[in-house]
Amino acid sequence: MSIFKKKTSTLVSAEIDAAENAIANREVQGLTQRQIVIRRFLNHRAAVTSLIILTTLVLFVFTGSGFHVGPWQVPGWWKHDIDTLSDLNVCSEGRLGCPTLSVVPKWLGGDGIALGDHPLGQDDIGHDYLAMVLRGAQRSLMVTFIIGTVAGIIGTVVGAIAGFFAGRIDNVLMRFVDFLITIPSIIIGSVIGYHFGNLGALFLAFYLGLFAWTGLSRLVRGEFLSLREREFVDAARVAGASNNRIIFKHILPNAVGVIVVSVTLLMSGAILLETALSYLGFGVIPPDVSLGLLISTYQDSFTTRPYLFWWPGITIITIALSINFIGDGLRDAFDPRQRRKVTLKERRIRLFNRLMRKSENV
Amino acid sequence: MLAFIGRRIGTLFVILFGSSFILYNLTAISGDPREQYKFATDEKSQSALRALVRQLDLETPPPLRYFKWLEGVSGVFYGKLNFGVTRDNEDVISRLSAAIPTTLKLVTAATLTAIFLGIALGIVTALRQYSRFDYVVTFFSFLMFSLPIFWVAVLLKQFLAIEFNDFLEVGYIDVGWRVVLGVLTAVFWAGVIGGSKTRVAKVAISAFVLTFGILTAIVALKWFYDPGLGPIIVFLLSVGIAFAVTAISMGLDNRPALKSSLSIALITLILYYPLQYVFDKYSSWLLILALAVLTISTATLISILFAKIDRGAVIRTSVITSIGCGLVVILDRLLNTWSEYLTLDGVNGRPIPTIGQVNPLLTTDDFWIVQLDTVVHLILPTVALTLISFAGYIRFSRGTMLEVLNQDYIRTARAKGLSERVVVVRHAFRNTMIPITTIIVVDISGVIGGAIITERVFGWSGMGTLFNKAISGYDLNLLMGVFAVTATLAVLANLVADLLYAALDPRIRVGNRL
Repeated sequence: MSIFKKKTSTLVSAEIDAAENAIANREVQGLTQRQIVIRRFLNHRAAVTSLIILTTLVLFVFTGSGFHVGPWQVPGWWKHDIDTLSDLNVCSEGRLGCPTLSVVPKWLGGDGIALGDHPLGQDDIGHDYLAMVLRGAQRSLMVTFIIGTVAGIIGTVVGAIAGFFAGRIDNVLMRFVDFLITIPSIIIGSVIGYHFGNLGALFLAFYLGLFAWTGLSRLVRGEFLSLREREFVDAARVAGASNNRIIFKHILPNAVGVIVVSVTLLMSGAILLETALSYLGFGVIPPDVSLGLLISTYQDSFTTRPYLFWWPGITIITIALSINFIGDGLRDAFDPRQRRKVTLKERRIRLFNRLMRKSENV
Repeated sequence: MLAFIGRRIGTLFVILFGSSFILYNLTAISGDPREQYKFATDEKSQSALRALVRQLDLETPPPLRYFKWLEGVSGVFYGKLNFGVTRDNEDVISRLSAAIPTTLKLVTAATLTAIFLGIALGIVTALRQYSRFDYVVTFFSFLMFSLPIFWVAVLLKQFLAIEFNDFLEVGYIDVGWRVVLGVLTAVFWAGVIGGSKTRVAKVAISAFVLTFGILTAIVALKWFYDPGLGPIIVFLLSVGIAFAVTAISMGLDNRPALKSSLSIALITLILYYPLQYVFDKYSSWLLILALAVLTISTATLISILFAKIDRGAVIRTSVITSIGCGLVVILDRLLNTWSEYLTLDGVNGRPIPTIGQVNPLLTTDDFWIVQLDTVVHLILPTVALTLISFAGYIRFSRGTMLEVLNQDYIRTARAKGLSERVVVVRHAFRNTMIPITTIIVVDISGVIGGAIITERVFGWSGMGTLFNKAISGYDLNLLMGVFAVTATLAVLANLVADLLYAALDPRIRVGNRL
């Protein structure tokens, strides 16, 4: 099989590895840990692109639809909101409520670039669909964020305590985690969603977060277990540092990579969980909207009014995909074993140079 | 070792007890099955309410009721398992035993495809790390991670079912589409094979010509209406399988392995017509099973005849080849049924359904038609489930393979002059499979209860449907029945995974530490 006929250059990979490490070391000389991480992250093109896209989307969604800060309502820039009904606009084929967005310029035979009154169309009774997608995306993002925060905090605390104190405390906490892990998240989610869903999306997210931390706590525990055996922790203890100080000043900063990466991945899972629950009817319930709810409401209109189906779906995929890529970039950035990506071509050039130098020496 | 297993099983019971207790009470306090009768005052509702209370024992407070439930469940040890009754006064066990086969049917094909494709793609991308192919596959696996399954399901229903059925009415592929499909396959294979530029060009061009040619032949022969492979193509495919399997597992230089695999292909050709006769006359699952046993034992015999040394590996190669050939023959038989299936009343020329488990209008009980009916109903859910779940396998096997490839013993293997095939297949792949196997075990246990959304979207009634019903009807016994099955499988799978890990990886000793 020809799949196997490539790696001729790997025979000398030991030498090349050493040379690469030297280069990598020179690249990070004189930089703090944080600078190294940031630099590595910025080198990850897909992650940076995703970060930009996600930030833009968050800003767009939150400013567009407006939001509550305590009792105050901050208005959004989009003229419609999800509660107002406007007349269904009539389009060319006698259909009602179709999108007014047009992106084909006039000189290409289109209608010119214009937003119109209802860029993404309207639903059955005249709600503006852009307003609904904006509000749905806002809900989904907030749910994701809350699950991430709640689960992140609980998971980190439980994992840190279990890993740091080990022994009996560890045993008790980890058996408790085992209990929770046997119950699939969608079952927990459905039970909670079905019974507490009427308290609103944010409560639902909070409750889901209370159950979503188990995987994270296992990872954090593992990290703490290995870090607490390291010399610098012993040194700190000998110097008289308290447990609190050791945990927060010495171990936590070293474990932050694992925590950040898994929280990101947890959030990308959370947005899909929320979507799935809303689809099953156990998540966000009308009149509130979320992206999952929009898709499940309009899945049958795919053939007649595909825009009702495409927009929320594409939004979900954009959010989940960019969170996944950011997580991937963060993992690469935090992983100390990660070396710079060296292409085959670069390897060949380096190998060639080395060989040339050797033959000159001879 | 025994002490370890014993201790683990002990822990397992404690865990199951704890989590079922939590779930039981959580569900019990969060909803009341009596809710629908809350405002009803008429005598009929009142008596129904009283019956429900008696039937589900609602007077007892939930923690106590849990122990009553547990008593029934612990009947599993003396053969009197009792999960209680649903709110419709049906036995939970009978509901479960009706649902489990359906779910298994739904998820088996998808899980197997996802595992097989995911591992294959993961390994290839690891071997081609940082190539364009790697980037594309990585992007797609992240995309698959981010797709809600019901969204994919709607797209599949539209494009794979409805539009394919529409297409069948015309049955003609435009030249443009043939070119596009040809280019796509060319790009794919060029990415997988790699190597020097001329090599890539050769691969791409032959892939393009092959795809274009096959599509043109399909159109010209109106193959969609009366498909089937026929003895010649079955033979060619068998020879291809023989070559591919031998090339990967033993190398084409190994003559005994190649000869034995090729003779299996030849036997497939010789037996083609007799098999058709047998299929027509006595088709049943028993026959298929018998043929499978026969195939594997024949393959073993043949390879023993050919191989003098390294018998085990040659036998393995031949058996894999024979299974491949057997599947081709079965596929051919199913395809031969297609034209008959198309014209049936219930099908009416639109074979790919968007929903359901079987075609209710089907009147025949011909074995092959029934099987084909199952297969076409499985196509959409299988594709959807595979798309969603194989991304995980790609990422995982790629990561593990890369880790293994960076190990010292791989360098040693290369340094002592082993061929790249031996290094990859015998040294790297086997060690990559250790963690993957344990993941697979856990995943398989998870899919029994996991296809909740898929079942809903495609209208199958298995475990997911039961679960849905249980939640929305506050049907505690039913929910706990579903949970008991899934949770027991999950913890058992974890135990099996740990033991497998220890069995496969000699570095890990269970029992010393836990």
